[in-house]
Amino acid sequence: MENESNSCGDVPAPPVDGGEPLSTLDAGERGVVVGMGGGRGLLCRMTSLGFTPGAEVTVMQNYGHGPLICRVRNARIALGRGEAGRIYVRRGRR
Amino acid sequence: MSSFHSVDVHDVVVADNTRAEGMILIALAGQPNVGKSTVFNLLTGMNQHVGNWPGKTVERKEGAFESGGNEYRLVDLPGTYSLTANSAEEVIAREFIIRERPDVVVAMVDAAILERSLYLVAELLPLPSPLIVGLNMMDVAEQEGYCIEPEVLEAALGVAVVPMIASKNVGVRELVEAIDEAVSGDGSYEPKRPEIRADHQEVLSQIEGLIDGSVPQPYPQDWVALKLLEGDREVTGMMQAYLPEDRWEAVHTVLRAHDDALVAVASGRYDWIGRMIRAAVTCPKAGQIGRTERLDRWATHPLWGLVILASVLGVAFWLTYAIGAPLQELMDAHIVGALADWVTASTVGIGAPVWLTSLLADGVVGGLGSVLTFLPILFVFFAVMGVLEDVGYMARAAYVMDGFMHMMGLHGKSFLPLFLGFGCNVPAVLGARVIESKRARLVTILLAPLVPCTARMAVVAFLAPAFFGPAATLVSWGLILLALLVLALSGVLINRLMFRGQRAAFIMELPLYHLPNPRTIALLVWQRSKEFVLKAMTVILPVSLVIWLLSTLPTGDVETSLLAQAGRWLEPVGSVMGFDWRLIVALVTSFIAKENTVASLGVLFGTGEGQGLAEVMAASISAPTALAFLVVQVLFVPCVATVAAIRQETRSWGWTLFDLGFLLMVSWGAGMLVYWLAQLGGL
Repeated sequence: MENESNSCGDVPAPPVDGGEPLSTLDAGERGVVVGMGGGRGLLCRMTSLGFTPGAEVTVMQNYGHGPLICRVRNARIALGRGEAGRIYVRRGRR
Repeated sequence: MSSFHSVDVHDVVVADNTRAEGMILIALAGQPNVGKSTVFNLLTGMNQHVGNWPGKTVERKEGAFESGGNEYRLVDLPGTYSLTANSAEEVIAREFIIRERPDVVVAMVDAAILERSLYLVAELLPLPSPLIVGLNMMDVAEQEGYCIEPEVLEAALGVAVVPMIASKNVGVRELVEAIDEAVSGDGSYEPKRPEIRADHQEVLSQIEGLIDGSVPQPYPQDWVALKLLEGDREVTGMMQAYLPEDRWEAVHTVLRAHDDALVAVASGRYDWIGRMIRAAVTCPKAGQIGRTERLDRWATHPLWGLVILASVLGVAFWLTYAIGAPLQELMDAHIVGALADWVTASTVGIGAPVWLTSLLADGVVGGLGSVLTFLPILFVFFAVMGVLEDVGYMARAAYVMDGFMHMMGLHGKSFLPLFLGFGCNVPAVLGARVIESKRARLVTILLAPLVPCTARMAVVAFLAPAFFGPAATLVSWGLILLALLVLALSGVLINRLMFRGQRAAFIMELPLYHLPNPRTIALLVWQRSKEFVLKAMTVILPVSLVIWLLSTLPTGDVETSLLAQAGRWLEPVGSVMGFDWRLIVALVTSFIAKENTVASLGVLFGTGEGQGLAEVMAASISAPTALAFLVVQVLFVPCVATVAAIRQETRSWGWTLFDLGFLLMVSWGAGMLVYWLAQLGGL
């Protein structure tokens, strides 16, 4: 087996002015993605699953621990807390 | 052993035949969960071949169909969300289109998740093959409050768009007609190709200028430039090899200055998709709470989700044994038993020597037969698992198990393959393919043999009652829990020591719940059972013949055979747990197939397999020794079929041997610990 796929090095975390991690949103809250961080492999998966700056995200489930579920571009995506912490959103109306 | 490689060789041959005479090549592309396999099965029926992509552990499905006087060859590309090299699947899909140049690529799209699933279409359009879009799940989109006008989308994209409800066989004929039309067309295929955002136009043409003339055939130059900008691992490596050093340095400098381009390029694609669908989607989404959301409030709840999972799996086991076990007994008595009797009668009838009768009746029929009688149980288990997968529940199971899997540096996706291991470890090892991260896949494969399979539990079910009477059920459950505990601890250990606690990223789609499709499930069951039977036929037969020889040579008597001598030689290793040579030999023969343990004990204790064996053993073996034996048996080196699967999937003898050594140590260690505790506890 070869090495891990996202070995191209980390892309630096983006400026987060006005943004907070997706993991801090409660269930039912909405936000608009303003920036994303992580390795190339992770960023690639995030973008192909619908997360890009400007995309509207609704958190469907967030119990404050463990993974969370959100809805982006009408698809239900489950993601780990760590991964959700690398997506920065501007909080929208409840 | 050459049989380990048979799959690969076979597949290379298939791949070479891709361009068969007079057949039109169609590739089927799409993101996961868009109904791609439903369409593939509807088009090809049983006329399909499942294998591997050459050199990869990714499944390759291919089939044929006829329409309008044309003969079509349909290749199912792996389901991928994008075409950027992130795992083997994306590379396979795009390399196939670029190198094999299919006459048409059919891109399946989920109408209910139109924007997101057109992302792959935006990646497919810049490639050379003409595209047809299958707009699937129109009924779901309608339920979700979307009104989509396919004609408008067709005009916007400039490619044929066929509305479909594949699960109800709606639109498949129209799709075939569109394919007929495309291959017999006048070549007027002019799609609207997604353009790159203005702010990256300049850097893109700069890169294109630098690589001009150095791009190897048959890669499109503009596509290579775009993938470089996206930081694609494979394309970057390829161009680094093909470009002269100074020009690569220049390209590299440009790329370093734009290392945020990956997200920008993806955003550009969604902007383009937004423009394409703006006119085609007429009523805005109502945003109502659907059936899936209501079910998920329970199914993904941190507490209730686990309760539901435990109940679902409990019912799955109950169904498996309630339906499978009687079938197994029938098969054992009426097919395998009858066949062995017939072989004995007819060989004796023609005056064959005793050793030949024994070889055929015990070695061949007995060896294979005892393995194949597990088929009914596996069949039912795989059917139940297939239903759970097809309705979309397994993604939820992965989600609620994610927390536990974290401890092992894995995530929820490893849960399904590991759970399949309760049926048989072979599909568990092969099932690890669903995991994208190579490291997480490797750990899952290495841990899979620690899941107690039906055959191991059959041995426990046979021996435990004789030694522990009414406590036998407790012992059986205890052994399962012990195996899972050892699995968890081994996972933590392997992850800490060998991968320094790294963890795979967890991000996955939760598909909509839908009614099970009998066809999809039947094919899944067929495939997994076939994996088991193929391994049994190709690997178990030769090894069981070797073991038969070792137990017969040189005198024809087991007690003095080579196998017995080896067992006696190993006795000191087992004596710490009170094992005599017979128990060691039984463990060695379990390497062929776990259920052989019982048959071997029957021969070695001189009672045969039937009545009385357990009682005879109980009379000569102490309870702590029996318990230690069961512990070792449950955790021991897996059967040879599983070992072959591990070798095939890891493509490494190193990891395979590491796993065997590890399991040997773990099983012996746990056995000694349990023996010591049992003696201490005065059992």
